[in-house]
Amino acid sequence: MFKWFVTWFHRFGSPPHFYRLAGRWLPWLTTLFVVTVIAGLYGGLVLAPADYQQGESFRIIYVHVPAAWMSMFIYVVMAFCGIVILVWRMKMAEIVLSCSAPIGASFTFLALVTGSLWGKPMWGTYWVWDARLTSELILLFLYLGVIGLYGAIDDKRVAARAVAILSIVGVVNIPIIHFSVEWWNSLHQGPTVTKFDKPSIDIRMLIPLLLMALAFQIYYVIALFQAARAAILQRERNSRWVEELVKP
Amino acid sequence: MTPARKKRLSLILLMVVGVAVGVGFALNALNENIMFFFSPADIKAGKAPANKDFRVGGMVVEGTVKRPGDGLTVEFDLTDNDSVVTVKYTGILPDLFREGQGIIANGKLDADGEFIAQEVLAKHDENYMPPEVMEAMKKSGQPMPGMDKKGI
Repeated sequence: MFKWFVTWFHRFGSPPHFYRLAGRWLPWLTTLFVVTVIAGLYGGLVLAPADYQQGESFRIIYVHVPAAWMSMFIYVVMAFCGIVILVWRMKMAEIVLSCSAPIGASFTFLALVTGSLWGKPMWGTYWVWDARLTSELILLFLYLGVIGLYGAIDDKRVAARAVAILSIVGVVNIPIIHFSVEWWNSLHQGPTVTKFDKPSIDIRMLIPLLLMALAFQIYYVIALFQAARAAILQRERNSRWVEELVKP
Repeated sequence: MTPARKKRLSLILLMVVGVAVGVGFALNALNENIMFFFSPADIKAGKAPANKDFRVGGMVVEGTVKRPGDGLTVEFDLTDNDSVVTVKYTGILPDLFREGQGIIANGKLDADGEFIAQEVLAKHDENYMPPEVMEAMKKSGQPMPGMDKKGI
C-alpha cells in the first residue's frame, strides 16, 4: 500500500506525467461534475422542503456552505504543498500551490458574498465584525497575499518558497475559522454538519448539500488541473517533451 | 528521509507551533473584544461596560413583547435562562424576530437597568428542518431545538 502510494506520488510529481494524466481525467471529471451539480441543485432548489424558520431563503446554503468548506479545504491543500515544497523541493507542489490560490480566493469571496446577502434579511445586517465573519475575511486576505507574493517575484522557484512559508503560517487561521463559533459568542450560528453529533438538518435537506459539496470538490480538481496544465507548459517551455507536444 | 529534509521539516513544524502559540496568546488576551455579545447573566454580574455601547444576546421571553404607544417602539425581556434584562427598541425588526428566538441587541444600559437598543439582530440557530417536522416535535413534546447551552 505504502509502496503503491510512493510510486503514485512520484508519478504525479513529474510534470509530463501529470500533464498527460490530468488531460486524460478532465473529460471524466467534467461529466461527473455536471451530473452531481445538476442532482445537487435539483435536490436543493426543488425537492428539499422549505425551512421552518427561514422559509425559502435557507436554500442559499447549497452554495454558501460548500463554498465555505472549499475555502478552508483548499487552504489546507496549499499548506500541505508548502511543506512538500520546503522539504522535498517538488516542482509539482509549487504548481499546485500557485494554481490553487486563485480558486480558493474565489470560493472564499463567494462564501462571504452569499453569506452577506443572506444576512441582510435574516440577521438584519449585511456584515458584522463577529469572529466567524472576520476570520473568513482574513482567509480571503491570506489568499490575496499568496497570489500577490507569487506574482511579485520573477524567479518562480524562489516565489514558490516564499508563498510556501506564507501558506504554512496562515494555516493557523483554519481552526480559528472552524471553532470561532464555539470559542466565542458570535452572530453566526454553530456547525450543523461538521460536528461529532448527528447533523441537525433534515435528511432531505442534507443529501443535496452533500451532493453540492462533492460537486464543488470536483470543480476544484477540474479548475486546478486546467490551470496546472497551463502552468506546466509555461514552466517547461524549453524542454524536449513540450517542444514535441506543440510541434505543428 | 535525508537528514537535511528532516531538519527542514522539523523547522517548519516548529514555526507552525510557534505561530499557533503566539496567535493563541493574542486571541486569549483579546478574548473580551472578540466576544460578539454579553449575556444577561454577564450584565447582572457587572461584566458589561457602563456608559458605553455593547451588545447583549439572549432569547426573547415568550409573552413579553409589548408595543407601548403602538408606534415602532418595542419592549421585550431577554433571557439566557439565568438572568433577564428588559430591552427597549425603536425601529424595524428583522424577519426572524419572534418570541422564543435568539437575538442580539446593540445599545447601552440606562439608569433603571433597562437596555436601550439602537439595533436588533436575529441570531439564527444551526437547525434546518421542514415546518411539519417542527410541528410534530412540538406535539410530541420533544425539547425544542435552537437552544444550545446558553439558551441562544
